[in-house]
Amino acid sequence: MHGFANPARFLRIARWLTPALLVSGLVLTAAAIVYGLFYAPAERLQGETVRIMFLHLPTVWLGMAGWTTIAVASFVEVVWRHPLAAIAARAAAVPGAAFTLLGLLTGSIWGRPAWGTWWVWDGRLTAFLVLLFLYFGYIALAGAVAREGGSSRIPAIFGLVGAVNIPIIHYSVLWWSTQHQPPSIGLSGSTMAPEFLWGVVVSMLGFSLLFGGVVLARMRAILADVQADARLRRKALEA
Amino acid sequence: MRESLDQWTFVIAAYAIVVVGTVLLVGWSWLAMRLAERRREETRK
Repeated sequence: MHGFANPARFLRIARWLTPALLVSGLVLTAAAIVYGLFYAPAERLQGETVRIMFLHLPTVWLGMAGWTTIAVASFVEVVWRHPLAAIAARAAAVPGAAFTLLGLLTGSIWGRPAWGTWWVWDGRLTAFLVLLFLYFGYIALAGAVAREGGSSRIPAIFGLVGAVNIPIIHYSVLWWSTQHQPPSIGLSGSTMAPEFLWGVVVSMLGFSLLFGGVVLARMRAILADVQADARLRRKALEA
Repeated sequence: MRESLDQWTFVIAAYAIVVVGTVLLVGWSWLAMRLAERRREETRK
């Protein structure tokens, strides 16, 4: 794993992997959107609003996957001082927050016709809203540390502590009696009909590839800024 | 009184928000990467 800690090796891989992930992600996401809007059948109970599921499930999955990325990268940063770990955690924060917000918005839009309300303070929705606030805190903290030059361990510890919310979100529908339905897809199988399941799988794969491409692009941007700043400082000292 | 809602309005709104949000996120990230890498190349000169 430490072989990938070398920024030059990372850049060699990221240069071709970033556009590959983004293009394949855009193609699969576009296919899922076209299927969801024009080809998927209406559902017996939910009617046409079942189409929102093709966007809601991938966005909430990526909201949680984003913080899991932050937590894993933070662990690597704290334990092994991997030079790219802090950059990976910072790069995952904004896309993670964006997908969390999109998950909340699509859930709310689905809830109005399905539940008759835009919002309920149940366990799943509240824990997911807390995740968005944790992202805001992490983005502000990591940005301040990068600007002011503090230890990258400070946002890493925040990333690890915030990870406690991920199992709470996942198990909230099982632990508490909530308005939100139990998980539709699990390791043991799915309760969805095949015509919905395959659309959701393609959509989740497409959005996940896009997420990977965006994280790589943001890692490259942070790395380039760090290297440019270091060169400018060196030139100023030599002058 | 029973409220009548056009379900397609909610579907279109959800798709529009996600498509616009995702395109903005991808475009912004790609542009920021290109600008930062160009700046790094300029500091090499």
